[in-house]
Amino acid sequence: MLRTLQQILKTGIVTEVPPAPAEELRVREALQSRIREVLGRALCIRAVDAGSCNGCELEIHALGNPIYSIESLGIRFVASPRHADLLLVTGPVSRHMEVALRRTYDATPDPKLVVAVGDCGACGGVFGDGYASCGAVSNVIAVDVVVPGCPPSPARVLAGILAAISPSPDESTRGSGQ
Amino acid sequence: MSLVRWMTRATSTQAGAAVTQLLVEPQEWRELAQDVAAAGGRLLALWGTNRVGQCDTLHAVTVAPPRVLAVTIPLDADGGYPGVEDVFPSASRMQRAVFDLCGVRSTGQDTRPWLRHAAWPEDAFPLVANPMPAPPQSPLDDYAFVRVEGDGVHEIAVGPVHAGIIEPGHFRFSVVGEKVLRLEERLGYVHKGIERRFTELPILDGHRLAARVSGDSAVAYAWSYCQALERMAGTVLPPRAAWLRALALELERIANHLGDLGALGNDAGFAVGLAQFSRLKEHLLRATEQALGQRYLLDFVVPGGTRNDFAPAGATVLDEYLVQLTDEVTALRGIYEEHTGLRDRFAGAGTVLPELAAWIGLVGLAGRASGQLLDLRVDAACAPYAELNLRRCTRQDGDVLARVTLRFDELSESVRIVRRILRALPSGNHSIAVTVPLAGAVGVGLIEAWRGPVVVGLEAGPDGSILRCHPQDPSWHNWPALEHAIIGNIVPDFPLINKSFNLSYSGHDL
Repeated sequence: MLRTLQQILKTGIVTEVPPAPAEELRVREALQSRIREVLGRALCIRAVDAGSCNGCELEIHALGNPIYSIESLGIRFVASPRHADLLLVTGPVSRHMEVALRRTYDATPDPKLVVAVGDCGACGGVFGDGYASCGAVSNVIAVDVVVPGCPPSPARVLAGILAAISPSPDESTRGSGQ
Repeated sequence: MSLVRWMTRATSTQAGAAVTQLLVEPQEWRELAQDVAAAGGRLLALWGTNRVGQCDTLHAVTVAPPRVLAVTIPLDADGGYPGVEDVFPSASRMQRAVFDLCGVRSTGQDTRPWLRHAAWPEDAFPLVANPMPAPPQSPLDDYAFVRVEGDGVHEIAVGPVHAGIIEPGHFRFSVVGEKVLRLEERLGYVHKGIERRFTELPILDGHRLAARVSGDSAVAYAWSYCQALERMAGTVLPPRAAWLRALALELERIANHLGDLGALGNDAGFAVGLAQFSRLKEHLLRATEQALGQRYLLDFVVPGGTRNDFAPAGATVLDEYLVQLTDEVTALRGIYEEHTGLRDRFAGAGTVLPELAAWIGLVGLAGRASGQLLDLRVDAACAPYAELNLRRCTRQDGDVLARVTLRFDELSESVRIVRRILRALPSGNHSIAVTVPLAGAVGVGLIEAWRGPVVVGLEAGPDGSILRCHPQDPSWHNWPALEHAIIGNIVPDFPLINKSFNLSYSGHDL
């Protein structure tokens, strides 16, 4: 126990400053302002692998490490879509996962956000569309933010999540004018 | 019967490799398989090839050190062939997959579909049909799980969408109370049509798709693909290219082991372990990016060598970090070993004893934790492994603790190898041009990924196309072992036991 405590103390706090929301990743302008009104910045995410090669999952996992420390931003991964505000979906969507993804989406309470992660989630990537692949996540469910990359870095995924829950520049302008 | 007699019939030997090609009739296949098994060997891969509008050839790769056999089995017009699932249990699912994709049936008793759910009709075969017919009306199908009956037996169905950040699959537990009587896996959810997709790509571009068969083993797959291609094209790899690939492969191993060691601590209720190991992994990825230009080395291995050379300053950064990593991992290993709570959860959980492991055909990391020796880096070493004096790590207990300990052992060994490569990297080019192989050329690549042996079978089509590319993940052999490992354990230990194997869904489902 002493060694564990020493290790923790020796490590100290290694968390870095989070990136700014990446506005260029936003693809859908229909704003989910109610999520922010109700939840502020706190957010529950359900990760769904809808057919990925598992590369994106490695970088999504990294968000939980002490350096990106996503939980310290008030964002956490939950075990059920019924507890989630946002679906973080990796693709391409395999035809065998199409129904499961739709059901997961339907089980997520409104209002909800969807962030598609990776080149495959964005456009089908190297797998494309085919007899077993539906390609992009947006071919199956509505997508708010797309984070390309193969795999995108954790900072990039985080910037995409923050874009999904931050006011868009248009809305900020409207807000400040009131 | 002995394996030696088959060697006299070898048709050719791949240049620069211990791979022997062998042509056998369908009725001889069982006999050959039995001889491979009797020599302590393994079936590593099985696939069908369509050249004439139907599947006309079956291919198998077996390994019985020091021999690797690439077996070609021409099929009759009716296409049937004898199953070997009683010799190699993992063959059962491979034979079912061959039927789902190619339409040729083995004599194996289990004829349930394996990779096909409802994405395509049962009379259409994706590696034969052209074009593929429209998907069936109903997007759902019924799968005949084996029912366990008796007083108090009930089922728990889990997945395909799991409760963590993990890949999709379905587990059907038959339990009494919290004790597991039986687990049946159902996979295939992330089947993306990779093998058909390969046939749409130029052969000099296929490594990009290969790297994405299972993203956590990208270096191993791309290397295996390139190894097959380079053998077909007669490419002589510059020494520096081979050493850089080995460097990348060992960095991939270290990164995955660090991730798993943290996750295993976490699954046993020790969150500090996850925080510490995930921090170490992040710093390794950053050092890797400085040295080789990418956090994850998805397109680092290319035909003829590597995409880029070392960034000169990166070598120092990486080497210094590995020194620090060694100290930190040693400290954490001490903490894991003295933590009674962790010992209690790890020891005796999910045990696969060596005898069972040998029968099932367990391979790779999980195999070596159950006393199975096979490590392609030692037993079928390609350059530069023969020069690196890799120490083979094994454990005998076959439980979660053995798989944790083996990860610590292999991690240290890989750090040693990487540091050795950094000091002794040969000078010269990091890549060489690869010529397009002639139509009909075939090659096999074998690389020991962090999880186990990755095999790629490749055949060239006309004008630089791919006629057939079959990647086989070690998970094919180890998923069935997980069904055995969980028997008699309690349901709450499943996540821990599953994580200790950490098998690939994408690599398996293709």
